[in-house]
Amino acid sequence: MLRLLASREALLLGAIAVLLALIATRFPAFVAPSNLAGVFNDTAPLILLAIGQMIVILTKCIDLSVAANLALTGMVVAMINVAAPGVPVVVILAVAIGLGTLLGMVNGILVWKLDIPPIVVTLGTMTIFRGIIFLLSEGSWVNSHEMSPAFKAFPRAEILGQPVLSWIAVLAVILFAVVMTRTSLGRAFYAVGGNPHAATYTGIDVGKTQFWAFTISGALAGLTGYLWVSRYAVAYVDIASGFELDVVAACVIGGISIAGGIGTVGGALLGAIFLGVIKNALPVVNISPFWQLAISGSAIIIAVAVNARASRSKGRIILKTAEHAA
Amino acid sequence: MFRRTFTTLLAGLSVSAGLMGSAAAAEDMRIALVVKALGIGFFEAAAKGAEEAAEELGDVEIIYTGPTDTTAEGQIEVINSLIAQQVDAIAISANDTDALVPTLKKAMQRGITVISWDSGVAPEGRQMHLNPSSNPLIGNMIIKLAADELPEGGEVAVLSATTTSTNQNIWIEEMNKVMDNYPGVEVVATVYGDDLADKSYREAQGLMQSYPDLDAIIAPTSVGIVAAAQAVVDAGKVGEVNVTGLGLPSEMAGAIESGASKSFAIWNPIDLGYSATMIAHALASGEAEAEPGAEIPMGRMGSLTLDENNQGAMADPFVYDESNIDEFKSIF
Repeated sequence: MLRLLASREALLLGAIAVLLALIATRFPAFVAPSNLAGVFNDTAPLILLAIGQMIVILTKCIDLSVAANLALTGMVVAMINVAAPGVPVVVILAVAIGLGTLLGMVNGILVWKLDIPPIVVTLGTMTIFRGIIFLLSEGSWVNSHEMSPAFKAFPRAEILGQPVLSWIAVLAVILFAVVMTRTSLGRAFYAVGGNPHAATYTGIDVGKTQFWAFTISGALAGLTGYLWVSRYAVAYVDIASGFELDVVAACVIGGISIAGGIGTVGGALLGAIFLGVIKNALPVVNISPFWQLAISGSAIIIAVAVNARASRSKGRIILKTAEHAA
Repeated sequence: MFRRTFTTLLAGLSVSAGLMGSAAAAEDMRIALVVKALGIGFFEAAAKGAEEAAEELGDVEIIYTGPTDTTAEGQIEVINSLIAQQVDAIAISANDTDALVPTLKKAMQRGITVISWDSGVAPEGRQMHLNPSSNPLIGNMIIKLAADELPEGGEVAVLSATTTSTNQNIWIEEMNKVMDNYPGVEVVATVYGDDLADKSYREAQGLMQSYPDLDAIIAPTSVGIVAAAQAVVDAGKVGEVNVTGLGLPSEMAGAIESGASKSFAIWNPIDLGYSATMIAHALASGEAEAEPGAEIPMGRMGSLTLDENNQGAMADPFVYDESNIDEFKSIF
């Protein structure tokens, strides 16, 4: 099992390397280390959301409200910053994570206690969250000159030569890699998605585990909300619109099974990076914008097809040995 | 006998009273400025311009009104009450092209001058329409803004909205038509940010990487221009790459402050309200006729020439830079 997972990730890593080589033939400066660090930084929000989404998908659910959660949290912290520019960034971060967690819990409660299909719940909350942003902001923007310098500086501040935004993604990857492989909650996510009945028999509450998955996804979306608004220095109703589909795509490319129970943090990370490389490369490789959508779509399908072949479970042959024996 | 004289006297009095009444009305012309909704900075600024025109004309009273939400129904109610008040002219920025036509027709039948401005009404519902600017003027302005900062020429790139946005495509087409007037300025690329902040940001980054000598990014879209300015700041290229195009002062104040954008353009709502009032006054007083080819005076804004659809463009988009951004950033 472990070897199979490792090989799937190795395959994806190979695909990313091939992709980079292809891009380098058209635009050599793209593979310069400083540019690759820039690409990673640009992909950090996608990585954060993909980790949350991976956990939700592991439990046979899906969270379509992540981008709306991000936008709502981003708008709220931006408005707090405008109303009280003196509030330190630590408090802003706490509010962002707290609010995101709360919004994730709303999804979780609806799935857990009311047993509504997750796709329906999160489609609904997605629209509700966007609606709330409209009510709060009355459709107007929060612009860069209204935000305090400290608010905008945090994700750009450099530690060891790399921006904080990148470091947060790195920390999240490490933290959740440990949680998913070394804690009982992490293993419960796999158990619930892999075989809900068996999980119930072993004493795992399926609904409650799904609730925690949505809560974690919400917390990460909230954190990303602040980082996003601060990075692009603007908040309005439609920020990150359609981004939830990129997040799901990153997970699928990363080998996380939509049927639940299969997937790793490393897979989500590589899936996000794969998409991030494509998104950052398309503007510089000088391909007609009319082709760009088709190309990024094809790349997703090819990656998933390769993944599906690699992860296809070989049927267990039970008669072969008997034949030989006979 | 006595009684008869009295009646004649009364009749005479009432006639003269009537005459005096109409004389008073002619002294104070009432022009209603109907907006999409009250409480929007853009329209409050237009009302300010209308008051300025009224002061200049002297004999005009401005009724600034509109519904509380941007609906055609709300505007119909407002227009009906204006008809009841027998105003002399209605200048409207419409919430719906067609829905307002019957009500506005009724107003015109009662002798009220009806014009539309900013957002138009179908031709049968108004005498003429005032556009804030025209596609050729906008196309010329966006390249002029970039070229003015590049006396020796240079490389510019366009960051548009989506590949299918009609407005942006027309403006870029008009811009390409006048490129000959700006020798040395070369458009090296046109990219599309889809009006998404993150994609526009990435496209702007890509432009700066692909064209290291890039001098300006022209973004004729409000999302794109803000994102491009932020990308220039983050890349540390303030002063090397100038971001310009069309944007709103409130959204672009930060970019002007940081120096990422030296100037940008958008119509000036004050001028628009001023011109609409001037035109309404000229038509209602009979100074000018609304017919194709007519020239209608607009005070300090010059005059407006109507095309075959009784439409006209007010002026070049208004340029905003560090000298006036503080005044306008709180308006819209």
